[in-house]
Amino acid sequence: MRVVLAEDLFLLRDGLVRLLEAYDFDVVAAVGSGPELAGALAELKPDVAVVDVRLPPSFTDEGLQCALAARRATPGLPVLVLSQHVEQLYAQELLADGSGGVGYLLKDRVFDAEQFVDAVRRVAGGGTAMDPQVIAQLLARRTRDAPMARLTPREREVIELMAEGRSNAAIADRLVVTERAVAKHTSNIFAKLGLAPSDDDNRRVLAVLAYLDRG
Amino acid sequence: MRIRTALHAVARSLWLALWGLVSSVLLFTLAVCSIALIPAGVGVLTAPYALKAVRHHANQRRLYALEWSGVSIPVPYRPLPERGGIAGHVERLTALLKDRATWRDLQWLLVDMTAGFALAILPPALFLYFPWGVVLACGVWRPIVEAGGNEWFAFLHITGQTSANLAAVLGAAFAVIGVLTAPALLRAGFVLARQLLHPGHERELEQRVQRLTETREDAVDHSAAELRRIERDLHDGAQARLVAMGMSLGTVEALIEKDPARAKRLLAAARADSAEALTELRDLVRGIHPPVLAERGLGDAVRALALRMPLPVEVTVDLPGRAPEPVESAAYFAVSEILTNAVKHAGATLVRVDLHHADGMLRAVVTDDGRGGADAALGSGLRGVGRRLGAFDGVLAVSSPAGGPTLVTVEVPCAVAAPAAG
Repeated sequence: MRVVLAEDLFLLRDGLVRLLEAYDFDVVAAVGSGPELAGALAELKPDVAVVDVRLPPSFTDEGLQCALAARRATPGLPVLVLSQHVEQLYAQELLADGSGGVGYLLKDRVFDAEQFVDAVRRVAGGGTAMDPQVIAQLLARRTRDAPMARLTPREREVIELMAEGRSNAAIADRLVVTERAVAKHTSNIFAKLGLAPSDDDNRRVLAVLAYLDRG
Repeated sequence: MRIRTALHAVARSLWLALWGLVSSVLLFTLAVCSIALIPAGVGVLTAPYALKAVRHHANQRRLYALEWSGVSIPVPYRPLPERGGIAGHVERLTALLKDRATWRDLQWLLVDMTAGFALAILPPALFLYFPWGVVLACGVWRPIVEAGGNEWFAFLHITGQTSANLAAVLGAAFAVIGVLTAPALLRAGFVLARQLLHPGHERELEQRVQRLTETREDAVDHSAAELRRIERDLHDGAQARLVAMGMSLGTVEALIEKDPARAKRLLAAARADSAEALTELRDLVRGIHPPVLAERGLGDAVRALALRMPLPVEVTVDLPGRAPEPVESAAYFAVSEILTNAVKHAGATLVRVDLHHADGMLRAVVTDDGRGGADAALGSGLRGVGRRLGAFDGVLAVSSPAGGPTLVTVEVPCAVAAPAAG
């Protein structure tokens, strides 16, 4: 799988390259600035891009802007955005086109190599990978919401993991239950929130995220 | 519309002429008599009241000047001592007599009851020529002339119907002139008042120096407190976590061959410590300078802040570009504190934030539908915000009647730079 990586801190970039290569990714370009990233994305058309929000020369949200521009040029281009902080505002912008293939994670998540690589694969496959902190913020805003209040504690756990972008199998694994049980929880959640059921994992995740973000 | 404002100006001039004359004469007499009677003792009792009444009258005129003609007359008075009892009374009297503004007020009263009155009475007098002319033309000239009266309508000698008709026409012309010139004359009266009520240059500088001294002290205090807080947070937080991590890693080094299982557990603990340290550093950074503010500027930073609030916050932003960084930061923390207050104390269900830049002023208006009763003088949070804004000549105004709604306005003078191309 071909990856373009953009990260301005040399140590972190180097570490990420080694991590990704250890898991058999093909890092076709590892760049350190916004313009280089834009060039690499346009030229190499990678399977997935891993991008730091803050990049030189402006040291503002150059990386995010590059990623958004690249996705406008190539709809659905998988992009995993990394940052020292997560903002719901940025998550909204990434999810706005509703086409999936986006990830938004704290840089700390790299510490857990397995999980991180899993997130990269998920995004490359058109899925989503939202940081638990983004989801926690979304859920915190919905505490007064009547349909949300009807969820059981277990269903809340499931919706959290689902919103992060995990498949039924992964959720089952995480909660140590059977996939059948998870499927039952998810259909309950969809019924309680009044969402149209869908068999497609990615579309289901996007529906949940859109629901949480509403209002 | 113009006619209506002009007619308003006529009515206001009439009010100023009549009420202004009465109160100016009365207050001047009272004040001067009181001062003259100070050696006799009676004046000591009455003078402070009389002089304060004069100030009140002058302030009333300042208000009219601003509201009716947009003429701003600064208030020059030094704050009066507030001690109670006879001693406080005497102190106040001395302060009043020493304040040059008191004597300027008295001077103004003299001018107001003469030149000020003349300016103010002109528009209504011209206007009233019209009804009088019409009344004459309608036949009132007859009894006057028949009784041997010698009526002059301005420069017209009324001798018969023709001259009375002319008087009506002339009266109409006068009324038009009166109405058209009324706004300008009203303004001229206020400008005249400003010449006398305006604080001297020296006093203005004095006020400015005092304000700068206060805000500088606040700014220094504030940054010292911030540094202490950051030091404490680092010391108790990230620093301690790094020490723990280092210790865990040291033990791992010793254990890795003897007891790999335990070494692995310790490594996991070290990783958890590093994650904790990062979380703490992140929170600390957010408190110093929020990353979105650095990356996107004030508008998006406030939008991101709104998304973090546990209740719906509507944000409208109309900023042509980015304000200087320190101003952005001060405005951001002001809005943040106000929002926190609205959530914590007001029991609001909806909050609106409106950010815009107009007339060289960055303005943030936060309204909530909570229970009201917020007071910048009582809440330490809001007071801190006000002090921090002071360093930029910014102000914080709170309007929060009991029962709500609460409206908090933050204003900071600053220029907004257009965003760089690209």
